[in-house]
Amino acid sequence: MSTGTAHGRFSHDASSRTISNVLACTWLWGLFIGTIALGESTGQEALRWAADAEGGAPYIFKDPKNPAVHVGFEVDLARELEKELGRRIEFRQYDFRSLVSGLQRGDFDFAMNGLEITADRAKVLRFSRPYYLYKLQLVARAGEKRFETLDQCKDAGGVVGTLEDTAAERLLDKLGVAKKVYDSQVEPYVDLELGRIDAVLLDLPIAVYYAKPNPKLRFVGQPLASGYYAIGFRKDQEELASKFDAALARLADRGVLKKIYEKWQIWNDEQAALFANGENTDVRLQSRQGWSWLDCFRLLLQGAAVTVQLSVVSMGVAIALGLPIAVCRLYGFWPLRLAAAAYVEFFRGIPVLLLLYFLYYGLPTVSESHGWGDWLKLSPFAAAVLGFGLNYAAYEAEIYRAGIGSIPPGQWEAAASLGMSPWLTFRRIVFPQAIRVILPPMTNDFIALFKDTSLVSVIAVVELTKQYQMLAKSSMRYLEIGLATAALYLVMSAPLGYLSRCLEKRWGKGLS
Amino acid sequence: MESLDVVIDNVSKRFGSRTVLDGASLSIAAHETVVVIGPSGSGKSTLLRAINGLTSFDSGEIRVGPHVLQPNSHRSNGHAAGEVRRLVGMVFQDFQLFPHLTALGNVTEAPRHVLGLSRAEARRRGMALLERVGLADRADAYPRELSGGQKQRVAIARAMAMQPRGLLCDEITSALDPELKGEVLAVLEDLKREGMTLLVVTHEIAFARRAADRVVVLDEGKVIEEGPPAEVLDRPRTERTRRFLSQVLV
Repeated sequence: MSTGTAHGRFSHDASSRTISNVLACTWLWGLFIGTIALGESTGQEALRWAADAEGGAPYIFKDPKNPAVHVGFEVDLARELEKELGRRIEFRQYDFRSLVSGLQRGDFDFAMNGLEITADRAKVLRFSRPYYLYKLQLVARAGEKRFETLDQCKDAGGVVGTLEDTAAERLLDKLGVAKKVYDSQVEPYVDLELGRIDAVLLDLPIAVYYAKPNPKLRFVGQPLASGYYAIGFRKDQEELASKFDAALARLADRGVLKKIYEKWQIWNDEQAALFANGENTDVRLQSRQGWSWLDCFRLLLQGAAVTVQLSVVSMGVAIALGLPIAVCRLYGFWPLRLAAAAYVEFFRGIPVLLLLYFLYYGLPTVSESHGWGDWLKLSPFAAAVLGFGLNYAAYEAEIYRAGIGSIPPGQWEAAASLGMSPWLTFRRIVFPQAIRVILPPMTNDFIALFKDTSLVSVIAVVELTKQYQMLAKSSMRYLEIGLATAALYLVMSAPLGYLSRCLEKRWGKGLS
Repeated sequence: MESLDVVIDNVSKRFGSRTVLDGASLSIAAHETVVVIGPSGSGKSTLLRAINGLTSFDSGEIRVGPHVLQPNSHRSNGHAAGEVRRLVGMVFQDFQLFPHLTALGNVTEAPRHVLGLSRAEARRRGMALLERVGLADRADAYPRELSGGQKQRVAIARAMAMQPRGLLCDEITSALDPELKGEVLAVLEDLKREGMTLLVVTHEIAFARRAADRVVVLDEGKVIEEGPPAEVLDRPRTERTRRFLSQVLV
């Protein structure tokens, strides 16, 4: 470009300002040329495709050999669609459960993520013609003898794991089978292997990828109730959607789809039937039962009860554990002091989410590989209480430490001069004064914990926020249910603040 | 009441490179009232705190009644310090009342939980002591509701509740307004009449003249002069004492 000639024109003693001006011009010029070139090559902006790559095999997931790259049959499909449509398709990571609302917000142009056609979704979305006919596969442990079908599993009192907001979940609801709902498709199989649940019902492609290669698990019975995956658009994207319909039809005709599905081992003869008939007519629509505010509120209250139990027990653990840690840190012999400081730094420094994953999914695998037996296989509630308890104990320890440290040393000396032992002094003189300082930040933490407990949905505990998400998503009443949920949180946390102020007053009578 | 004497023998103490006590020696006989004066930083407070085991010292020996405190052994003195504290109480310059307890609570706390007195007995004794320092009517007041002089009188009652035979007073009127000093010093004079052994660090020369059996001048960690108040205060032998007195008496 012009860089060479520009430099040639100036001698070495030219002012640096002139040189930098020239460089800036050159850079801008390059940018301009580049922009034109880009515009020529694509003609239009890239289409934004949203899907959830977290534990999303075989649809779209991070290549185990190279985590920088996404692979999956939908990635292959997207690449073929790119060619058919002559437009670039750009992947956007998006939470599966939020795909429908994200699409409506206009965060992306289309959702392709094993999105089943359902009556609820069909009301708000324009679906493309289906690109895959899925079935649901029940999977049990290899040694399972109690049942060979879903009905038998139900009769045996089995609990079936599945993914939230999927056809499989709705089928379990319809049949009245005890279920446990997960956020992502890896964990149900982990829990099945660990014996926390009795079976997993999920879409066949998922079962093929996650359960089939695992010798500890086996497919039970024939695939059940089928449905269709289709690409989701907004209702106002008719033009784009029909282009996709045509492109999918061409890919099916030319056998490209079959090739992709064979590559991922999810091809079966039913797919051929789907493409032969060509039209998006025989779609089996499944919908949740009728909507009722009473049911909704009952479920929210159930969630709230779990939230209260979780936070009260966890905070109890944190408050009980935090005090000895603070005392060790303040008065301990140096190894104790060091250990207490290490505890605080460690648990304050790692996210609770990570801790929950480790306690719930990590510990059992560790104990299994070492042959330590089942005792590390915590229940979801125990794992949650332990996770929050350990984490918040670090914060409470620091609050205790600050509170106790705020009491002047003269108080210790005065008590000592009266013949009081250090323990007696701590119990009767220092701690009662420190409580005043400790209580307000501890109340804050309690309220924070209250809301933090919503993280436990990752280990399949359904508390208030999770209940809200599920209810709101199935009914699309984000606002109304959201307000009801917020009201519940307030009703629960406001008395805490009041209680704290009463206690402060009561315990702080002599303190200004 | 059994008598109590204190012997401080050649006690030294350093804080880092600073020498606070430099071979200080001093004996206090039973029932005696000794007033310690001296410029700030001369080691008066440290001497008192060492007697009560609140601070350790580097060399020398302190004997309180039958109990001996050894140098440099804060830990092994634990038992001896405990015994010493049963014999001598301490009152601090900044009161150090327990702010979360009432005046009566402050006075009954240690008898209840250290001596194991019943609530009623501790209360009875506590009220008698508050009566004696003239604060029976303020028994239910919290420290922040009391004046400085009242606070210090409660602190004296609190120390007396453990029935010590001696009392260490560390500049107990320094934080008080002039008009409040009198009520506190009057309580001390009352205790003196009862035969309490008193070691009083103070700048109140008038009090020393009135109540002291003996005045001790401490300077740079050493006892530089001691004797009856009339002698030390009116005819000081050392130039250092003269200079100090002229500053205090202005």
